[in-house]
Amino acid sequence: MVSGAGGGGNDVQWCFSQVKGAIDDDVAEADIISTVEFNHSGELLATGDKGGRVVIFQQETENKSQPQCRSEYNVYSTFQSHEPEFDYLKSLEIEEKINKIRWLPQKNAAQFLLSTNDKTIKLWKISERDKRPEGYNLKEEDGRYRDATTITTLRVPVFRPMDLMVEASPRRVFANAHTYHINSISVNSDNETYLSADDLRINLWHLEITDRSFNIVDIKPANMEELTEVITAAEFHPHQCNTFVYSSSKGTIRLCDMRASALCDKHSKLFEEPEDPSNRSFFSEIISSISDVKFSHNGRYMMTRDYLSVKIWDLNMENRPVHEYLRSKLCSLYENDCIFDKFECCWNGNDSVVMTGSYNNFFRMLDRTQRRDVTLEASRESCKPRQVLKPRRVCAGGKRKKDEISVDSLDFNKKILHTAWHPQENIIAVATTNNLYIFQEKVN
Amino acid sequence: MAGAEGDDSLYPIAVLIDELRNEDVQLRLNSIKKLSTIALALGVERTRTELLPFLTDTIYDEDEVLLALAEQLGTFTVLVGGPEFVHCLLPPLESLATVEETVVRDKAVESLRKISQEHSPVDLEVHFVPLVKRLASGDWFTSRTSACGLFSVCYPRVSSTVKAEIRQHFRTLCSDDTPMVRRAAASKLGEFAKVLELDYVKSDIIPLFTALASDEQEDLEALVMPTLRQAAEDKSWRVRYMVADKFSELQKAVGPEITKNDLVPAFQNLLKDCEAEVRAAAANKVKVFCENLPEDSRETIIMTHILPCVKELVSDTNQHVKSALASVIMGLSTILGKDNTVEHLLPLFLVQLKDEVTHLELSPVSHLSVSLSLVVKDLSDCTTAETQLFIFQCPEVRLNIISNLDCVNEVIGIRQLSQSLLPAIVELAEDAKWRGVEFFDEKLNSLCMAWLIDHVFAIREAATCNLMKLVEKFGAEWAQNTIVPKVLGMANDSNYLHRMTTLFCINALSEVCGQEITTKHMLPVVLKMSTDQVANVRFNVARSLQKIGPFLPWLD
Repeated sequence: MVSGAGGGGNDVQWCFSQVKGAIDDDVAEADIISTVEFNHSGELLATGDKGGRVVIFQQETENKSQPQCRSEYNVYSTFQSHEPEFDYLKSLEIEEKINKIRWLPQKNAAQFLLSTNDKTIKLWKISERDKRPEGYNLKEEDGRYRDATTITTLRVPVFRPMDLMVEASPRRVFANAHTYHINSISVNSDNETYLSADDLRINLWHLEITDRSFNIVDIKPANMEELTEVITAAEFHPHQCNTFVYSSSKGTIRLCDMRASALCDKHSKLFEEPEDPSNRSFFSEIISSISDVKFSHNGRYMMTRDYLSVKIWDLNMENRPVHEYLRSKLCSLYENDCIFDKFECCWNGNDSVVMTGSYNNFFRMLDRTQRRDVTLEASRESCKPRQVLKPRRVCAGGKRKKDEISVDSLDFNKKILHTAWHPQENIIAVATTNNLYIFQEKVN
Repeated sequence: MAGAEGDDSLYPIAVLIDELRNEDVQLRLNSIKKLSTIALALGVERTRTELLPFLTDTIYDEDEVLLALAEQLGTFTVLVGGPEFVHCLLPPLESLATVEETVVRDKAVESLRKISQEHSPVDLEVHFVPLVKRLASGDWFTSRTSACGLFSVCYPRVSSTVKAEIRQHFRTLCSDDTPMVRRAAASKLGEFAKVLELDYVKSDIIPLFTALASDEQEDLEALVMPTLRQAAEDKSWRVRYMVADKFSELQKAVGPEITKNDLVPAFQNLLKDCEAEVRAAAANKVKVFCENLPEDSRETIIMTHILPCVKELVSDTNQHVKSALASVIMGLSTILGKDNTVEHLLPLFLVQLKDEVTHLELSPVSHLSVSLSLVVKDLSDCTTAETQLFIFQCPEVRLNIISNLDCVNEVIGIRQLSQSLLPAIVELAEDAKWRGVEFFDEKLNSLCMAWLIDHVFAIREAATCNLMKLVEKFGAEWAQNTIVPKVLGMANDSNYLHRMTTLFCINALSEVCGQEITTKHMLPVVLKMSTDQVANVRFNVARSLQKIGPFLPWLD
């Protein structure tokens, strides 16, 4: 299936596969999905929610008799990653909401992931157990103690098979390193370190050391009144262990090299697109804030998401609007705070298509090679098994054609902020408020 | 040994065993630390058949517990029944070697290394090496990094087929996709090199070393350097020899900066090594090493660091060292320039010449002569007289100068040559044909003739050969007028050796002089010597006739 490898978003026909989460419209706050991430093989899909829980789904192994079942993801493990805390010093509640999950490349039979809330990062080990020891000397299996005098020989416990149990255990807790809210974590290609970024600082950790971290970026001004810019996202380069990138609320992206100096305040490269003066408005600065930055798998390109568009950076910089039709709506979006929504973006396996979410449970796929794009919807209506998704169209103004939806009718409460693409196959996971939709490529 | 003594002695052990599964990690840890007590109570057989299988599957535990377990197992040989059964300890240690916690893996590897010594060679091949292979080809990088630490302990005692397999695995790991594995392999490079046979060190380790030293992961370079330093100071002279022998490759691999900071001191030490082989190998690399130093600091480094060592080596007692050095001293002259050469290099060179060497091999001395020519190229002072003196007193030097007339630096000017009297005859002829013959006649003819009757046979032989080349250059007519008479004149010499030289010359010259000269002038002489008193001469007459026969006209 790797030949398909996430090829052209528009040659591929997407069809519904599964939906996870409660069906009713009454959404419990704790169930709101806050992050979605495939692991490196794509076999596991993790989601984090506002209630601090992590749910991991596992892809079913290929069933020869039913090829359509290939991409069924079923619950593999659920655990409570973070609990709400109270910072007594500042009289602030620390939310348990999971901001980001990042998988570590597999290093042995167990799986490892990093999950973080606003302040604390945790390393979780997810392992399988399929046998358990039996045979006590001094008591029965059920716990009743035996008479000590009846012991005539020693008994060594023996392992017997049992039903598969998936255990999640916290292996490390990386705490107390961030004054501000953590927005990103990224594992280094060296498999030993990772970075965590909050609004003003980026720290470098070693996965085995929890009591120390190195500060590598600090943009806090001496006088907080001079604060104009915050860090919005950060990521390590997929291959070069010394390179990372961070984006800001002012729409700039800085590429940093850790070899250059210990403190990477001085960037190696700055990416910034000069603004089109004709588009300038009151909202310009807000909508230029970058909500997500992602390197392509091959490490040659970088994608950023600001409010209205997706940009792909390299020497040939491309710029693709996502929902340009919103430009006229910026005022109302500002009023309802939607303008501050942070949309994520992701690459497909062979870096030819990028995907990002939008409003009305729409999500967009932008094909870089063919320069075409498509808008799809994750909705209850298209929930029938293997139902092909129909492309959607938004009409910005003027005469609305049949099948188009007017921009005024968009539901801005239904937003797709988090999306993930399987690293090798054409399987995508799209999170609406509290549901996880899984779509796959239509197989004939 | 198994508990039949009643409850009192059994009870505490029973408690220990049960606490292996207690929820409290401290109690589990405590039990693991007392594992030997449990094993003793169970006896060797039950330890092997029950306790060890249980421990193999208990890898779902806290690091401290697993760490303690790994450590305990390293001491368990006696408790499983001695070396005969030590391989039973391998399964639990193998699973501990794949755990994600580095400290646990390291301890497991340490214990495996310990117990490897207790394996018989057969057991090594049957049990230990398969374990190492499994780890080395494991899916997860954790097992592969662990494998790196196990190669050197099993290599020495296994068969050569297995040795080849082990070397292959090590090579594969040195180029593993994952940097952590490469790093583990690099850190074990020195250790593995020590147990390898020298040939394999050269063929396997050096390429691996150079590959790792230029790995894009920077810390690999840093890791490999200590290995190099250690290897350069290794107790085993073979390792040091290897380093010296491959020094220029290493230099290329690590680049100019590290060369400046690390390799120069290492090289100095090798030049001063207590083992002559090492010094000789290093001496052979002096020129190349110096040439590849970074340009900006080259001269300084050579003058401050290398030259002092070279000065010591000139008075080395070992022939090989001095031979090696001969070829490089003057090679430095181009790098150091005229002044430094005159002041520092020339004295060394002269010392070498003065030195009574009886077993100098051909090639180093030929380099001497080439080097000499390089030296005198820019010299115009009296030291040349001294130089000449030594040239003509030292047979080996003379021999090689003659043999290498063609190789002497082609850039040498005629004037310098004539001043120094270097017999760069053929070169001269090439260089100034229009005055070649006269010049030759004037300056060097007598020299060449003198060499023809040198008391060293090899020189006479070389001189003969040289004559042939001259005739080729200057032509048969010239030969007829100048050389041939002189050669033929020798036929009347009282020394039979000189008379034989005539024959040898005739053998060589007949080919180039042509039919006429051979028939008219040479043949009569040959025939005359057929009645020579000395049998050897007569014998060689027969040979000569055979040789020159093809160049004589045949009467039908």
